[in-house]
Amino acid sequence: MSGANRISGAGRLTPAKTARFVFDGRSYLALEGDTVASALLANGVHLVGRSFKYHRPRGIVSAGAEEPNALIGVERDVARQQPNVRATVQEVFDGAKIVSQNRWPSLSFDVGAVNNLLAPFFAAGFYYKTFMWPKQAWKHVYEPRIRAAAGLGVSPTEGDTDHYANRYAHCDVLVIGAGIAGLSAALAAAKTGARVILCDEQPEVGGALHFDTSVTVDGEDGFAWAQATAARLARMDNVTVLTRTTAFGYYAQNFVGLSERVTEHLARPDRRLPRERLWQVRAKRVVIATGAIERHMVFANNDRPGIMLASAARTFLNHFGVAVGRRVGVYTANDSAYEAAFDLKRAGVTIAAIVDSREQPSEEVLAEARALGIEVLAGHGVVDTSGKLRVASMSVARNGGGSARKIPIDALLMSAGWTPSVHMFSQSRGKVAYDFDTQRFLPGTYAQDCLSVGACNGTNDLQATIEEALAAGELMANATGFSAPEKLELQGSNAFAWTGGMAGSAEGAGPDTTVKAFIDFQNDVCAKDIRLAVREGMHSIEHIKRFTTNGMATDQGKLSNIHGLAIAAETLGREIPKVGLTTFRAPYTPVSFGTLINHSRGDLFDPTRKTPMHALEEAEGAVFEDVGQWKRAWYYPRAGEDMHQAVNRECRTVRETAGIFDASTLGKIEVVGPDAAQFLNLIYTNSWDTLKPGRCRYGIMLREDGFVYDDGVVGRMAEDRFHVTTTTGGAARVMNHMEDYLQTEFPHLKVWLTSATEQWAVIAVQGPKAREIIAPLVEGIDLSSEAFPHMSVREGRICGVPTRLFRMSFTGETGFEVNVPADFGPAVWAAISAEGEKVGACAYGTEAMHILRAEKGYIIVGQDTDGTVTPDDASLSWAVGKKKPDFVGIRGLKRSDLVADGRKQLVGLLTKDPKVVLEEGAQVVADPNQAVPMTMIGHVTSSYWSENCGRSIALALVAGGKARLGETLYVPMPDATIAVEVSEMVFFDKEGGRIHG
Amino acid sequence: MLLIYCPYCEEERSELEFRQAGDAHIARPTNMTEMSDEDFEAFFFLRDNIKGLTFERWRHLNGCGRFFNAARDTVSDKFLTTYKAGLPRPDVSTLRPATEATVETYEATESNAK
Repeated sequence: MSGANRISGAGRLTPAKTARFVFDGRSYLALEGDTVASALLANGVHLVGRSFKYHRPRGIVSAGAEEPNALIGVERDVARQQPNVRATVQEVFDGAKIVSQNRWPSLSFDVGAVNNLLAPFFAAGFYYKTFMWPKQAWKHVYEPRIRAAAGLGVSPTEGDTDHYANRYAHCDVLVIGAGIAGLSAALAAAKTGARVILCDEQPEVGGALHFDTSVTVDGEDGFAWAQATAARLARMDNVTVLTRTTAFGYYAQNFVGLSERVTEHLARPDRRLPRERLWQVRAKRVVIATGAIERHMVFANNDRPGIMLASAARTFLNHFGVAVGRRVGVYTANDSAYEAAFDLKRAGVTIAAIVDSREQPSEEVLAEARALGIEVLAGHGVVDTSGKLRVASMSVARNGGGSARKIPIDALLMSAGWTPSVHMFSQSRGKVAYDFDTQRFLPGTYAQDCLSVGACNGTNDLQATIEEALAAGELMANATGFSAPEKLELQGSNAFAWTGGMAGSAEGAGPDTTVKAFIDFQNDVCAKDIRLAVREGMHSIEHIKRFTTNGMATDQGKLSNIHGLAIAAETLGREIPKVGLTTFRAPYTPVSFGTLINHSRGDLFDPTRKTPMHALEEAEGAVFEDVGQWKRAWYYPRAGEDMHQAVNRECRTVRETAGIFDASTLGKIEVVGPDAAQFLNLIYTNSWDTLKPGRCRYGIMLREDGFVYDDGVVGRMAEDRFHVTTTTGGAARVMNHMEDYLQTEFPHLKVWLTSATEQWAVIAVQGPKAREIIAPLVEGIDLSSEAFPHMSVREGRICGVPTRLFRMSFTGETGFEVNVPADFGPAVWAAISAEGEKVGACAYGTEAMHILRAEKGYIIVGQDTDGTVTPDDASLSWAVGKKKPDFVGIRGLKRSDLVADGRKQLVGLLTKDPKVVLEEGAQVVADPNQAVPMTMIGHVTSSYWSENCGRSIALALVAGGKARLGETLYVPMPDATIAVEVSEMVFFDKEGGRIHG
Repeated sequence: MLLIYCPYCEEERSELEFRQAGDAHIARPTNMTEMSDEDFEAFFFLRDNIKGLTFERWRHLNGCGRFFNAARDTVSDKFLTTYKAGLPRPDVSTLRPATEATVETYEATESNAK
């Protein structure tokens, strides 16, 4: 027998199909289809957790996603451990290992329960008031301890080994919720031929039909009808039925996020299957059929294990075949709880009494109670309960006072009425409206193309729900262009129409009391906490929520919000809608990070860009560095070399012999058209009219505010064609910048822009022997300095393939940059390397490149400039066309601050001790003896050991720097203050003769 | 995720393909060099950051690559229309969505608090 409380003949599970699971080390038998909650209750286990703050024993309150108490850990292996799973949602599978949370050392004896006795010190907002002094203690004492003690569940320590899937889906009508309303709407919509997606969070469709066995549809048992209908829908080509799928977020333009739990219920899931699947659905129309959630009663000590929602007990009985007790009490303000009592009574459970806070329950339920011999105490309240780890009695008193009668029970069912689930509607930015007659928030003004139907729309009557849903399904399908020749009709019937309901504290938990009457089980918030918050000056419901933590954490106040609001309204003396409702936010229920992150992790987190020569460089032993998405060869260590030695050798070799460098990551834009030169005139500070085809020019690009945006060498291939290069990091934004101006400010210019970054492989050959290396490979280009001077470009062939060969240099040496179509890159690299080897050249990486260019005072935009540097600040005024009538940034450059004295200017810094290498980013001061905080006059932008200069070199932005040449400044560091001398920016080959060799 | 109608592709595409590009209808002056500091400040630095109907530029970056203009309500995020770059501002009165009454959320009730 799968648990002593399983009632033979009750429920829908198959007794022969069992599954064994472990809870806190003890083994239990369950039935296939059980949730952890139903299986534990079948085995008589009500105590499943400890409360968050007071560590009070807690049991299972609900049978669904709204569960605030029964949070468990599900452990498959060391990596796959999921904390904070609702026991009422997690299906049992054979071999499942389940652990309780928030208790130590054990569930039945929890040391933290001392908090319950200390409760007077833990009033709402206590930690805002208590842990304020001394100031330092918050960071070092209070916060770490509170963090250790607080929190729900424990996260796994190893990386998640599961994988997750992602699907985009489009449909005409999305139906959220597959209870009787959702199924009816989906049927009507599907009949028209519209593409329909129907989703439901539970393992099978049916919603409230899980517990309400009195419902029939067209004469058929309601739950059976639901399953048959879902099967029928699933067979239709135009319909997708998704169970175990929660619509968790409703976003703009009917974009709805669904989380499908694919393998959570399986004992040995196929590892090829994703654990969860994220559906991103774009629906033309949405039908919201999310039902309603039963509220609990707010009375003293209403949180003992065994006290639960009436509908939950009814679900456990009618669906899982489990009696939640042998002698059950009922406390209600609503008719629906009576039906739970009736069903239990008929199943052989003793109903101790139905306590109804109303003086006059409806005649129909009273008559049925009488017929079944159940005592009804109308106009009464449960004013207290007893029982340590499970409820043992309820104390019942007449409304308004009088002596209490103690009634022994082992379970207590409660219902304060039903809260329509307007979460999805509210997330769609629809505005809810308060209905005074029924004391409910209902969908008011719609903001998107959706419709709410059934219980979430405040429709109580079964037949009215069906008709409303059928009409909505058809209407929404019609709106997307589909229609059916005839209308669908369904006839539903059920036992009772439910009336009644209350919000706020019940008898004995009113404003004059100090009892613990919980409104939010998960956050241990009592009715009195809300009143305290109001007394302390919180008048907005949003403030009350944050002060008390009511409605926070995993259940997001699904049970508690309305109670909290009602008590706040009562205390404030205002009507409920005047107090306001907290905003419903996504997700409706927690969604695992894995689902949201999906494929975007590990290698798929971000694209990796590799140059065409990457594999060859790898084979040569290159160490790579990340530059944006690019992998760039950083340096090429040889046997026995560390980075420093390798870089020094590379730097030396380039100046003594030659070096070979992969420059493919440079941004390249082909600018073509009759107005190409005119366009570049506007985009760059330089003048391009005078540049002859076959020549190159270093260009600077500004933003409109006058600050340097990017730089690069531009070659004029023909009158109407330019080969533009940009910085590696700036390639995409420069392209965007150019397109922006071309399309919107200068649309009259006939120019075409094409990104060619990945079309060209670029191999820089730099050094005194550069010409010697490439000469044997080049055809059709005279490489002599006379025919092919510095800053020229020629087209010809290299290694038999077409090339754009640039004579240019970022090292100060004689240099060539070989551009070949990307696919030929590796072959040409190999050929050049082979030639280089003959003369003793080597490959060099980005570190050597940085040092070599710094030796020459060549700046790197983004390193030596930071978005506040003008061309003049960087000593680049020569590149600004003085006679140009216009270019982007021309007006910005004239701003008073940009021409003022004392601007930070780029200069060289030489440490007095040539062995000391400054730290990049270090601050520069004039007076090292000034008291802290010192006046900082600049900072180091580039700093290296220069093997070629035999000393350290640095570039820095220093206020009034150009006027300080020769001055001694200081760089204060934690351990020492470093004296430096301001110098020119060029440290090597100041005459600049080598470049023309 | 929004759906945005590209007036060049003439179809609605996912927001992922687009990038916002600041306020629309701010033309770069032709007499840049003669502008006063105040005029340049207004042209380049000052923006209204409107709550409600705003005209802004978008680029169909991962699509046709074209810049275009959009009228969007910054409160509801709703696009009222999109139109090609260079076209005049559309008639606002025909675009403004019906005002929605109500709100029981904090933002709306804050002013009523005692």
